[in-house]
Amino acid sequence: MVALWIILGIIVVLLFAFIAMYNGLVGLRNQVKNAWAQIDVQLKRRYDLIPNLVETVKGYAKHEREVFENVTKARNMAQAAGAAGAAERGKLEGELSSALTRLLAVAEAYPELKANQNFLALQEELSSTENKISFSRQFYNDSVLRYNNQTQMFPSNIIASMGGFKASEFFEVTVPEEKNPPKVSFS
Amino acid sequence: MWEQIRSNQLRSAMLVVIMGILLLLVGYFLGLYFFNSALGGLAIAAVIWAFMGLIAFFQGDSILLGVSGARKIEKADDPRLYNVVEEMSIASGLPKVPDVYIINDPALNAFATGRDPNKAAVAITSGLRDQLNRDELQGVIAHEIGHVKNRDVLLMAISAVMLGTIVIISWYATRFMFWGGGRRSSRNNEGGGAIQAVLLIIGLILLILAPIAAQLIYLAISRKREYLADASSALYTRYPEGLASALEKLANSNTQVRAANQATAPMYTINPFGKKRAVTDWMSTHPPIAERIRILRAMAGNSYADYEKAYQQMHRGQGIVPKSALGTG
Repeated sequence: MVALWIILGIIVVLLFAFIAMYNGLVGLRNQVKNAWAQIDVQLKRRYDLIPNLVETVKGYAKHEREVFENVTKARNMAQAAGAAGAAERGKLEGELSSALTRLLAVAEAYPELKANQNFLALQEELSSTENKISFSRQFYNDSVLRYNNQTQMFPSNIIASMGGFKASEFFEVTVPEEKNPPKVSFS
Repeated sequence: MWEQIRSNQLRSAMLVVIMGILLLLVGYFLGLYFFNSALGGLAIAAVIWAFMGLIAFFQGDSILLGVSGARKIEKADDPRLYNVVEEMSIASGLPKVPDVYIINDPALNAFATGRDPNKAAVAITSGLRDQLNRDELQGVIAHEIGHVKNRDVLLMAISAVMLGTIVIISWYATRFMFWGGGRRSSRNNEGGGAIQAVLLIIGLILLILAPIAAQLIYLAISRKREYLADASSALYTRYPEGLASALEKLANSNTQVRAANQATAPMYTINPFGKKRAVTDWMSTHPPIAERIRILRAMAGNSYADYEKAYQQMHRGQGIVPKSALGTG
């Protein structure tokens, strides 16, 4: 009789541990999904800002056609790859970032442009959006790390494989320049 | 994040529980002395506590923002400040961007409020806003958002209310005693007199010491949370130097926040009373700024583990960051 109760107790404890770990995994997986959606929001914001910025810079620096074309091309390619995996998107977004950096570097050479209020506002928006992209990526990667740890570490890995929780992909940027993003700072 | 919050709560919960016991004891002796019934005192303590608690819970943030003269701003008013708050909410994974407030004051300070991450607000003085560059602003805002994320605002509100209740009860109780209050003596039978007298002396001592003890516990909780918010700031910005250099500017300024008082002090980034009051470590709501800067600059990386290591080097191996949080960043 006592043995029966002990076995029953162990089963109940295991059941609770199972539920807690399963729910923990679901929570982490949702956090990863949500963080990924956050990156999307910021990337979209950047796509929307670029045509505006290109138009403004064009008004002052007509001769830099190649730079404009590169930015627009990189933007369209990145936008078209919206449904691709983290690795592919990371590469395209990295290219867009470096094209934008060149555009802003070009703008430096035009003093009238740098005095334009519209341009200054756009520049703050763009550099903040760049920051938001990298912070949302940072949060996404932190979330993926926690989630992947849970799916691979004992004992939650047992539940992860039973429940079909697969490890997620990190969002890494593959263009070398992007590893040290140029800080646009106006203090 | 969840495990981190839970363990933070556990760690500070001990101190809060001690404060709660103190509150119960004060109520117990109050009842014993004035009403001949310990239960009556406990009930009074509970009613005062619940009343103040409800006000703090539902009105605390608007009272705090109102008292400090803070004005809510929209993105168009200050795009950069607003952007920085948005960036740090994203980095910390807050569900909603906090409201942004400006306090028209040349002093350098900032604070966060809001009982849960969905109803948070950050406020910054115009003086600080003007003096910081973008990286420093990011560090300060990240520190405030760290308070929100670690649920410090709620924790500090709970402890402040307990402290307030203890102070109020003890203050009135001791005043009434000196006026010769207390209706106990004559109706008691003689037998239990000695025990009763001893109990009452203990009670009197407790009523006098409780506010001081509660204050010290409150300060200890507050300082702990400051270190933790610094660690969070480094983790979110991945750039501890930003906050370190902002703290340096704060340390070098000597204007006090006009609208600050004892109760709201722990909400600020640095002690709003500045250096004018010669306070020793354990009498202060905030750790010494120089030490906070040293820890931030000694960090080898940007994670909680790096902060923990830097902190330990300065405190003979004693840690500050909860163990469960160390693996997460």
